Formats: sequence, structure tokens, C-alpha cells
Amino acid sequence: MMRFVDEFRDADKAHALSAKITALCEPGRQYKLMEVCGGHTHTIYKHGLEDYLPEQITLVHGPGCPVCVIPMGRVDDAMALAAEPDVIMTSFGDMMRVPGSNGSFFDAKAQGTDIRMVYSPLDSLKIARKNPDKRVVFMAIGFETTAPSTAMTVLRAAAEGLGNFSIFCNHVTIVPAIKAILDSPDLRLDGFLGPGHVSTVIGCRPYEFIARDYGKPVVVAGFEPLDILQSIYMLMLQLSRGESKVENQYSRVVPWDGNTVALKAIGQTMELRPYFEWRGLGFISHSALKVREQFAKFDAELLFSVPGVRVADPKACQCGEVLKGVLKPWECKVFGTACTPETPIGTCMVSPEGACAAYYNYGRLTRHRVKEATTS
Amino acid sequence: MCLGIPGEVIEFVPDQPDLARVDVSGVRRVINIGLLADDPPKPGEWVLIHVGFALSKIDEAEAAAAMQFLEGIGQAYEDELAALAESRIE
Amino acid sequence: MTADQQNAGWVADALRVHEEQAREEEARGTRHGSPQPLPGTVREELVLERIDRARRSRPRVKEERITMSHGAGGKATQTLIEAIFLDEFRNPLLEPLEDAARLQVGGTRLALTTDSYVVSPLFFPGGSIGDLAVNGTVNDLAVSGATPQYLSAGFILEEGFPVADLTRIVRSMREAADAAGVQIVTGDTKVVEKGKADGCYINTAGVGTIGNELDLGVANAQPGDAIIVSGPIGDHGVTIMLARGELDIEADLASDTAPLNGLVAGLLSASPGVRALRDATRGGVATILNEIAKAANVGVLVNENDIPVRPEVRGAAELLGIDPMYVACEGRLVAVVKQDQADQSLAALRAHPLGEQAAVIGQVTADPPGIVQLKTAFGGTRIVDLLVGDPLPRIC
Repeated sequence: MMRFVDEFRDADKAHALSAKITALCEPGRQYKLMEVCGGHTHTIYKHGLEDYLPEQITLVHGPGCPVCVIPMGRVDDAMALAAEPDVIMTSFGDMMRVPGSNGSFFDAKAQGTDIRMVYSPLDSLKIARKNPDKRVVFMAIGFETTAPSTAMTVLRAAAEGLGNFSIFCNHVTIVPAIKAILDSPDLRLDGFLGPGHVSTVIGCRPYEFIARDYGKPVVVAGFEPLDILQSIYMLMLQLSRGESKVENQYSRVVPWDGNTVALKAIGQTMELRPYFEWRGLGFISHSALKVREQFAKFDAELLFSVPGVRVADPKACQCGEVLKGVLKPWECKVFGTACTPETPIGTCMVSPEGACAAYYNYGRLTRHRVKEATTS
Repeated sequence: MCLGIPGEVIEFVPDQPDLARVDVSGVRRVINIGLLADDPPKPGEWVLIHVGFALSKIDEAEAAAAMQFLEGIGQAYEDELAALAESRIE
Repeated sequence: MTADQQNAGWVADALRVHEEQAREEEARGTRHGSPQPLPGTVREELVLERIDRARRSRPRVKEERITMSHGAGGKATQTLIEAIFLDEFRNPLLEPLEDAARLQVGGTRLALTTDSYVVSPLFFPGGSIGDLAVNGTVNDLAVSGATPQYLSAGFILEEGFPVADLTRIVRSMREAADAAGVQIVTGDTKVVEKGKADGCYINTAGVGTIGNELDLGVANAQPGDAIIVSGPIGDHGVTIMLARGELDIEADLASDTAPLNGLVAGLLSASPGVRALRDATRGGVATILNEIAKAANVGVLVNENDIPVRPEVRGAAELLGIDPMYVACEGRLVAVVKQDQADQSLAALRAHPLGEQAAVIGQVTADPPGIVQLKTAFGGTRIVDLLVGDPLPRIC
């Protein structure tokens, strides 16, 4: 029995919540709720959560998958870094199979490039200490959830005076992406499930503009299936009352004001880029982080020369629309045939949190079965 | 990038104030608790672990409150089902 | 923003293949495509059909070089085997692609199997590469319904490998062989330069006799059959991952490596309704379930709540973001048995020390054919597909 996990996976409570959610649906009305965070997408499919929702509610999968939003050009840059002599490239598992113009880390590894998978940026630091004659680069990806860990690692490297460690910084921030979605004309959403773990760092205040300026309710949600169901229930309750405010369902982990130490660490080591390209969403201003000048010694983009070539998304790839929630995975023309988990064209298919991968791997048959879960 | 797992703090690592050993269902790993410097966790407390760092403390009171809400809903549901089963309109 | 732009050539290739397929469909008159947008569910169904057809199409290895995925036991491995090995070696004895080949030599039915062991580290909690080599080979024979009798052992040793380590490995093989009741009757040794062979690689072959009219095979699975697993899953793979020491995770786990011939003999004598047996190795239980679904063209439905997993395996898996269903075991079998023999089979397994925690985890269904589904602990249902790539720890 895993504490704080299993209690939130209890099927009986799910039936109860499901009934309450259904009861809150106005007859004839369709609801579109966006879960921003890739971790939520994964949970929804992994646990078969959609079986518990009435037909009237559609969950739209948003751009909160930091692997999915990395443009091909940046992947190529990372590959170029890995190919430099004496470089050991270190990366989280999710990045290993993301395709650039000429293959992925995985392919490069097969051809002899020293690329190692790590669980934590601290593991990357360890590799740097153990290999003083090599230059270790850490592929830093993630939203504000992960940026503090990278920041702390850079601070540690600086404190130790490590001369052979640097990061290739691709951290992105969630709020500009949500704003881009809200401002996009082809979308109509009723509410948002806020990213639970990003919020442990930035708190809940940054989402207030969504409720205040766009009139959409936001519930910051946890990652167990009951967390998500409860959050949907809270959204539906707000909608039924015509309310729009920010609520925190994940209060056992998310402090309303976020984590000051974490924010300070980020602020110390990184700053916002004026603009950054997001796959499928185009250029968004002030939406990504880069290493501050004082820590230039740890900035791979300065220590090495990266090609910096922009690679256009393939025309057939509709990742952008899937990321914005405009298209469902199966509505993409190449889904399942040219683009599969084995042969991914776009990042929505490569990352286990990408909407397409989640749907292909887990949810493919969901809607065509009789809803056994709720009727058994 | 959201995989965070709850783990119980077992002990601090001697001579390393930033490090603590945590237990996740019988599996133990040393993690960095530097992000919780303002209010460091004590052995027996639970934290949320992400890529080798503790991101937040798990507030047991809030967790209990969340469970209470869910149980309450569950009970109300059970009651309603029971009532439905027992009642007859004809 | 730079002025240069380029396009990814490989994407164009992938799309060209896709277009060709679409044109073929049209030529055959099976294309349902229409210029107007179709209602949601109809469109989705067409896509699912397309996926199904794509999945059933002739396997081709698209990569130019071997990657670690090809060794993980999942989709890539399967494609490699079918597209390269089976394609070239094709013969009726190889086609079933079971754990062992079933041969007739003179009047005797024999099972023949081969395996290679490249595990790193060589020594780990619960055993060593030597234990795996003997038990793994014995198990491939046992699940084919054979009585394992003779093994061969070929060693590829790295220059500089400590003789003391080799002695340890060989001793453990002798002990494992004694425990399993088999003899190692022939072997070979090669030495390669420092930097190759990771210390020691072992290749084995095993031979056993098949008595009576036993005809086990995953293609025999029928809707209604029960699916049983002999114990907790994922012990071996997680133990190895932790033993590599890169993840800095400690746990009280040991490999489940064990010879299953005794367990199998007990099961087969107690229950005449066993249709198939497989030992769950690389690729885990999920891979076997998919093999059943594919070979017999049936559906498989398993219940997450019924699958035995040790808490530590679960903890490590959650921490790393991997699914125990895909993690290798080395001493567990999966049995497909007739529904009315399920209880007997379970009792027979549980009567043996290696099968104490055996459990019925699900059943074979008629629909949807070729697909494995899991009813989650939460109550929803999802697909359990073949592994793609290596079980990379998901960080996020």
C-alpha cells in the first residue's frame, strides 16, 4: 500500500464522483476542459479515467509536455553538442527518442556517441566529477517543476568549482503557453485543470488572470486519478454556479504562494529569453529560460557553438494543433500510420505524455467499448 | 515533466545538510532537500520527490481533509444507492 | 531567429510510404475517404482500422543500425526477428517462434532451445549470470512441455577478466544445474580483447524430451481461457537496474531466477487443460500477453488488482516511471489454461514453493482480436501494447 498514492486510486470513490459530475451537466450542453499538464494526460489514459466521464465532457490535452514543445532545430543543436569531441551528453529518458532532422539521441548512441540517461541532474554532476577529462553537458528540459532542480545543480557546480559541467537550457514556462491557448481564435474552452507540480513552485496566483480576465475557472489538480476526477468535479461545480476562480485541489502538496527557495534558485541562475520557439505554437515571448551571464561557465550554448538552425515542422505534422487541443490525436492525418510510437514524426507521439502517444498506447479502444467500468 | 512521487524521510545524511534518505514503498534513495531549506523536513515527514529533489512537503492535514471529502462523497453515494435499492414507487 | 531553414528528409520518406499505402487502399477500392469531414466517431473508427491494417502489414526493419531497442524484447525485437531472421531462415519448425523448437528425431520428440546471456552486472542479489544461463535455458525447455536434460555452455571472455570471477560463475552454474537436474555436457571458450564482452558473455543451448501427446503453444489460446502468473512480477529487472548502481536506489530485492521444471511438471500432471506456457523474461508479462493475443488472434483482458507485484518493485517502478508489466522476470511463468481447469491449475502451482503466490490475472476474450487490455485498479480500461524502445525510466 503506497501512502498518498493508493488512497487516491480507489475505484469506489471514483463511481461516486462520476455520478456527481454527471449530475452537474446541464442537459444538451457540451463541456471542454483542458488539462494543461502532460502528466495529467498520462494519468488520464493510464488509468482509463475517461470511462468515468459523461459524454458531455471532453478533455482537451494541452501543451504542458515540455518534450513535446521542443522544436526540431533545438534537438539538432543538442545532437550537435553530443557529437562534440570529449562530450558526454546526459539527458532524462523522455528525450532519448525525440527525433531531430537526423535521428534522435537513441540513434546517435547506436552510432557510438556518448549519451547517457540520468534520473536527476545531480547524477549528471556526478558523471562530471568522475570524468575530469571529459566535458559533461546536461540537457535541461522541463517547466518550472524541473527548473529549480537544474538551478540547484548549477549552484552546486559553481560552489564546487567544477570546470567540465554545463547545461543546454531548454526550460520553458507554463503561463505564456496557457495565454497563447486562451488567445487563440480557434479554441473554445470552459475551464482548466491547472498543472499540479508546476504549481508547487510557482503557486496558484499566476493563474488568477485566467479567471479574472478570461472568465474561465481553474482548479490546480493532483496526479492520481481521484485528484483529477475531484478537480473536474470542482470545475463543474464552478461552471454550474457561473463562477470563475482559481482553486487548489492539490493542497496536500501545493502551497498557494509556491516555493520561495525554488523561485530564488531559478532567479539566481537563469533569466527569461526575450522569445523562444515552441513546437506547434510558434514564437512566444518571455516563455523560456536561459543561463544568466554570471553563470556563463555553465552555459553549453556559450561554451560550444550550436548550429542554431531553425527546422520547420514537417507540413504533414499536426502536432501544433494537437498541442493546442484543436485536434484530437486520431484527427491528425498521419496518426497511426506514418506516425506511430515506433516511428514518431512529431513529438506528441514520442513523449509518453504526448496526447498522441497516450492515446495510441493506452486509449485507442476506449470509446468503442461499452463503458464496463461504470456499469459493472 | 511532472512525475512526482511521495516518499517518507528516513534520516539525514551525516555531514551533508542538503541530503536526506527517503523511502518509497520499501525502496530507499538519497535525495536533495535543498529546495525546502526554509522549512526542512524531519524524519517521519513526507515529501514530494522529483528528479532527485524534494519539491514540497506533503501536508498530512490537507491529505486527510482531501480523503475526508472523498470518503464523504463515497458514503453519500453508498447511501443513495441503498436508498434507491430500497425504495419502491409503484 | 536565424535565416536558415531546412526540412527533415526522413519525414518525407515516412510520408511517402504512407501515401503509397493510401494509394494502394484506393486502388483496392477499400478507401473510405471522402472530401467532406466525417462525423467524429466514424472518422475515429476509420483511423483505428487504418492503424490495425498498418500493424498487420509485413514487418520491415527501417533502421540502418541496431539499437538497444532491438534487444529489449518488445516491438523492435519482434520486427527484427520476423523481418530478418525468420524471413531468411524460414521453415515450419522455426515459424511458431516459441521458446523452444519442437523436433522429431527418430521416434523421439525433442525440444531444442538456445539463449545468450549478456547481463550487467555479472553478480547481483539473488544470483549471477551463471544462474541465469542455466535456469533460463531450463525454463525455455520446461515451458515447451519438455523434460530438460542436457545443456551446452559457450563462454566469451574478456581479456583481463578475473579467473576468480569465472570460477564463481561456473560454480553457480554447476549448482543451478544440480538443482534443476540437468547436465552441462559440452561447451566452448573464446577470449576477446579488453573492452569487448563486458567481462563475460554466455551462450547456451538446451535439449529435452517431450513425452506423450503434449502440444503446448500460445496459438492454442481460446476465448474463456484463464491466464495465470506463477508469482510476483518484475523482481529480476528491477533488481538488475538497481544493482547497476547508477540510480543510487537501495531496496531489499533479489532476482527471482529459478528453474521452473519442477513447477511445470507439477502443473501438467495435475491439470490436463494447459494450453500454453511461457516464461516471462525480457519484455515482461506484457510481452507474453501480446504474443498470446497475436498468435491466437484473440483478445486478452487482465485485471491490475490481480497481478502480484512486490511493494518494493512497485515503489522503484513508480519512482522511475516504468511499468512492472514490461520488466523482466527470470523465474516466473505465464500459463493459459482452460477455464474449467483454472482452479486445479492454480492449486497445483501454489503447492510448489516457486508458485506460492500464483494468481489468475485475467482471461482470453474473443474481442478485440490481437489486443491486450488492462482493467486498471481505478476501474477504467486501457490497452497494454507491445513495448516500444527500452523501458526508459520516465522522468516525467
